Amino acid sequence: MAEKTRQIVIPGETICTGNEFLPGDGAYRDKTDIVANRYGIANVFEKHVKVTPVTGAYYPRRGNTMIATIVDITFNGWLLDFGGAGNAFLPVSEVSRYVNKNEMKEFLDFGESVIVKVWDVKARGVDASMKMRGFGKIEGGMILTVGPNKVPRIIGREGSMVKMIKDATGCNVTVGQNGKVWVSGNDTGMEVATKKIIEFITENATIAGLTAKVENFIKDMGLKNNKPEIIAENTDEDKATEEVEN
Amino acid sequence: MAEGLYTKRFDGRTFEECRPMTAKVGVVPSADGSASFETGDTKAIAVVRGPRTLHPQHMQNPRTGILRVSYGMMPFSVWDRIRPGPSRRSEEIGKVSEWALSSVVDLSGFPNTVVDVFIQIPKADAGTRVAGLNAAAMALAHAGLPMKEMLSAIAAGKADKTLLVDVDKAEEDFHDGEGATDIPLAITSRSKEIALLQLDGKISPEELTTSIEMAKKACDDILKVQMEALKNAGVQNG
Repeated sequence: MAEKTRQIVIPGETICTGNEFLPGDGAYRDKTDIVANRYGIANVFEKHVKVTPVTGAYYPRRGNTMIATIVDITFNGWLLDFGGAGNAFLPVSEVSRYVNKNEMKEFLDFGESVIVKVWDVKARGVDASMKMRGFGKIEGGMILTVGPNKVPRIIGREGSMVKMIKDATGCNVTVGQNGKVWVSGNDTGMEVATKKIIEFITENATIAGLTAKVENFIKDMGLKNNKPEIIAENTDEDKATEEVEN
Repeated sequence: MAEGLYTKRFDGRTFEECRPMTAKVGVVPSADGSASFETGDTKAIAVVRGPRTLHPQHMQNPRTGILRVSYGMMPFSVWDRIRPGPSRRSEEIGKVSEWALSSVVDLSGFPNTVVDVFIQIPKADAGTRVAGLNAAAMALAHAGLPMKEMLSAIAAGKADKTLLVDVDKAEEDFHDGEGATDIPLAITSRSKEIALLQLDGKISPEELTTSIEMAKKACDDILKVQMEALKNAGVQNG
């Protein structure tokens, strides 16, 4: 019996009553009541009750992608500022290549930015890793700060929005769940265009039917037209190789 | 309660009635949480920033995050200009607000950090600390911080022999007969406990008990306004 309900709750509000329910994240038990201790959306899934915050500061979760800045170098790793409470720790062993502990500055210096994965969130700190593909030091391009609450809109359903931006501008766009976006491309003009699109999304994040609006916005900038023309110029052979690559 | 000198309120309210209230959430986009709360001619804006690392380091608490509340009235909030900057009065109100809010906010998950709450009063007609607390409770919830329950606050009081709630400036300055008594109260939303109680003036123990009951009733109305504001903001974001 899988039942699922969603409602907005405020702290101290009873979500459901009954001893069979189990309080999860953002909820606690008061006698037979399950009570919210956060403002957010309550999910009741098979007797498991949790509250997901919709606003506020960024709280890292395991598996998140973050764009962070080096703020300190310790004897066995780097401390990263990710815009939340406290710093994340990136050990030397979690970078993709061997780093001499005496020359850690040569690899990652103060103020440089990295794309990392949240490896573990413990009670007293966050551990990061950048061993996997797609993670590493940021070189070139620009970092935009959009705020953690806008991230789902920028990514879109199953990454549709990011894909649309990438297709339109040809820039590489990496979204960190901590509310930072890294944009890099071969052409500075295109990077600026990407920045404009992302700013448009953040300004209109609460509007319904955002995807269509962004599509129009891209069209108005005269970007979408370039792409199909280039593809049209391609021979069938090129197209075939492209498809294989994808 | 028609005995005594104050038999009818200046603005025509009943004695158990609050001034018209409006509440809004998310008024400051750059903050982690924000809210405004207005009752009659009193308005409060609360902004929450954090949790963030606390400096200077010696103030950090490795067991829990700390709450830091600052309260201030804007220079133009009253008829004669208020000198901007901290004063004895604003420091005190910030401190009592901090204690009241600490009883509902749980920052044990964020050791060594601070959550800053800034309360500003752009428009004052008595009851600014309780308006500030109402706004701050909403702003803290809006910041997604763990809270056991919400908090609503009201100024109960007495003008001559008449008990009333949501005292405005004219009633606060009531000089005839027994004069005016002002009792700011903060009540938690679920357990209905008292998180703040101050008393300025004279009142008998029996009257105080009645005042607290009246304040609790008024806080239920305020909570409804706060809840509605938070739920509406949630619909927009979702």
